[in-house]
Amino acid sequence: MIQPPNQNIDKDWFLEHHIMMHRIRAFEETAARANRDKLVLGAIHLSIGQEAIASGVCKNLMKEDFLLSTHRGHGHTLAKGADPEAMMLELLGRRGGICKGKGGSMHIADASVGMLGANGVVAANINIATGAAHAIKLKRESNISCCIFGDGAINRGPFLEGLNWSGVFNLPVLFVCENNGFASTTRTDAMTSGEGAAPRARSMGITATEVDGNDIVSVDEITREYIANIRNGNGPHLISFNTYRLHGHTASDPASYRPAAEVEAAWKEDPIERCSELLSRLGISREILNEHRKIALEEMDRVYKTAKEAPWPSDDNAFSDVQDVGDPREGAF
Amino acid sequence: MVKMTYAEAAKLALAEEMRRDPLVWAIGEDLGRGGVFGQYLGLLDEFGPERISDAPISESAIMGASVGAAMAGTRPVVEMRFADFALCAVDELINQAAKARYMLGGQVKVPMVIREPMGMWRSSAAQHSQSLESWYTHIPGLVVAVPSTPADNRGLLKTAIRSDDPVVYLEHKNIWGYQGDVPEDETLIPFGKGRLEKEGDDITIVSWSAQMHIAANAATLLQAEGISAELIDLRTLWPWDRQMVFDSVGKTGRLLITHESVSVGGFGAEIAATVAEQLFSVLKSPITRCAAPRVPISYAPPLEAKIRVSSEQIVEAAKKSVAVSAGFK
Ligand SMILES: Cc1ncc(C[n+]2csc(CCOP(=O)(O)OP(=O)(O)O)c2C)c(N)n1
Ligand SMILES: [Mg+2]
Repeated sequence: MIQPPNQNIDKDWFLEHHIMMHRIRAFEETAARANRDKLVLGAIHLSIGQEAIASGVCKNLMKEDFLLSTHRGHGHTLAKGADPEAMMLELLGRRGGICKGKGGSMHIADASVGMLGANGVVAANINIATGAAHAIKLKRESNISCCIFGDGAINRGPFLEGLNWSGVFNLPVLFVCENNGFASTTRTDAMTSGEGAAPRARSMGITATEVDGNDIVSVDEITREYIANIRNGNGPHLISFNTYRLHGHTASDPASYRPAAEVEAAWKEDPIERCSELLSRLGISREILNEHRKIALEEMDRVYKTAKEAPWPSDDNAFSDVQDVGDPREGAF
Repeated sequence: MVKMTYAEAAKLALAEEMRRDPLVWAIGEDLGRGGVFGQYLGLLDEFGPERISDAPISESAIMGASVGAAMAGTRPVVEMRFADFALCAVDELINQAAKARYMLGGQVKVPMVIREPMGMWRSSAAQHSQSLESWYTHIPGLVVAVPSTPADNRGLLKTAIRSDDPVVYLEHKNIWGYQGDVPEDETLIPFGKGRLEKEGDDITIVSWSAQMHIAANAATLLQAEGISAELIDLRTLWPWDRQMVFDSVGKTGRLLITHESVSVGGFGAEIAATVAEQLFSVLKSPITRCAAPRVPISYAPPLEAKIRVSSEQIVEAAKKSVAVSAGFK
C-alpha cells in the first residue's frame, strides 16, 4: 500500500526514491558496459538523467496499475517492480530473459507487475495505455493505466487520437511526457509547433501541467495528486516533466551534436544529486547516501555476471508464442 | 435450419457471444445507430452504449485502444467500417496487435476481432472497395477469416470472438443481404477448415468470400458443359485447409484458384506455390489463377466490371485447363 509523504517531507519515502534512482542509474550504466562489451547487440536507450520521473511516477502506482513505456524504458520497468536480473538477461538475449529473449530492450515488460511493455514504435503506447484504461472502466475496476512517452511522441497521431479518446470516455489514465529536449539527434522544439504536450492536452479538456522532472519532490507530489484525482473518477490527466537526456540517444551515440557546456550545465541538475542534497539537508549522512550507489552497483554487477554466464534460449522459443492456430513453419522449410 | 442474411448471421453471432461473455464488447464509428451496413442494428438496445460503443473517427485509436483493452482482459470486437480505413491503423494492427504476444515472450495475449467490410460494392471506387486479405496472411500472429455464407459468418465470428489471438475478420460488403440456412444450434466453425461447396472430379476450384459465389455459378455452368468441378471455400486463409486442397487436387489433378483481389502477390499465389511444391507429380495441367488485374478499382459500372473476375472467365479458364491433359510435362 502506498504511504504518501507527510507535510514536512517523509524522509523514508525519499530515501526509497534515492535507492531506486541509484538502482536505475546503476542498471543503465551496467547496460552501457554490456553494450561496450558487445554483449548487448541491439540498440539500447539509456535513461540516465531521467531517473526521478521513473521513480517518482512508479512509486505512486500500485502493482495492479498498468504501465506502458517507451524505447527508453528500463528505468520505468525497474521502478514498476520488475526483476533486474530477468531484465538484464533479456538485454543480452539469454535464457531466463523476461521476454524469453524475443523482445530485448525495446520490448522490455513484466506483466506480473502490470508493466505491459516498452515499445519500439514512438507514441504507439499512448493508444494502448488508453485502451487498457478503457478495459478498467468496462470491468468497473479501480486500478489506473499510466503511459510514459517522450516529447517527440507528441507529434505523432496517437497523441491526438489517444488523448481525445481518453477524454471522450473519461478514462482512468495518467499520461506522462518526458520532455528531455531531444527526439533522437534533433532538438524537439525545432520540430514542435506551439508550446508542447501540456497546452495540447488542455486544448482537449484534459487537466495538464508542466513540472521540473529532475526534482523528485515535485515529481512525487504532482503524480500523487493527479493519480488521486484519476482514482476519484476525474478522468485523464497529463504531466509534462522537464528533464534532460544526459547521454546520447542510444548507448552508442556520442551526442556530439550538442555543446559540451550545455551537457555540463545539465549534469549540475542531476536528479540523483539533487535528491541526495535534499536528504543530506534533512540530516541523512553522506555516508549512507553514498552507500546507496555502492549497493546498487554491486547488485547490477551480480546481475550482469549472471546474465553473461547464462546460456542462449533454446531454439524452440523461436517458434512459440506466435499464435494458437497454424504452423509457423508451414511453407518455409 | 433458419433462413437469414449474412449480416443477420453476424449480428446473431455477436449477440450470442455478448450474452455469453460480459467481457465481449464492440467499438467503432456509428455503431449506436446500427453500423453503416446495419450489421449492429438493435444491439444497442440490448447491450447499452458501453458495450456497443461509438468511437471517434480515430482509426488508429480504435485499433490501438482495442489492443490495450485486449491486453487488459477484455475481448473487443473492432469495427473498421471499410477495410480500406484499417490502413489508417496499420501500426496498431501489424506492429502491435500481431506481435505483442511474441515480443513479450507470451506475457500478454491480444484477443480481438477486427471486422473489415471489404470488396467491390455499388460503384464505391478505389478507396472503398479493396480486398487486401493477402496482406494480412503475410503477418505472423494474425488469423485471417473470409466467410462467404450466413452460416459461416455466424460460426466463424463466434470462433473469432473466442480466439485468444487477433483475428482479421473480412466480411464482403456485396453479400450483406445474401440469404442462407443457418443451423439452429450454436455451431462454431474452427479456423483452418475449408468447406466443400460442390463435389467434382475434373478440376478443383478454390475460392473464398464473395468470389466463392461467382465460382459456384461457374461450376454450375461447367457442369452443363460436362465438366465436373470440385469447389472448395477456404473460409480462413490463415490457417488454411491445405489438406482439403491436397485431397481434392490429388483426385482431380487440376487446380484453379479465383479471388476478387489483385492476382499479383495474392493468396492464390501461395496456394499455387504450395500445391506445385507438394503435388507436382499429380498435376495434369498448369495451375491457373483467375484474379483481378493490378489496377485501382474504378467507379463507372462498366469500368468496375472490367476488374471483376466473372463466372464466364472462370469457365473459360477451367475449360482450358481441362483441355491440356495430354502433353503437359
Ligand atoms: C514511429 C517511429 N518513428 C521513428 C522512430 C525512430 N525513433 C526512435 S526513438 C526516436 C526519438 C523519440 O524521441 P522522444 O519521443 O522524445 O523520446 P526520447 O528518445 O527522447 O526518450 C525516434 C525518432 C520510431 N522508433 N518510431
Ligand atoms: Mg525526447
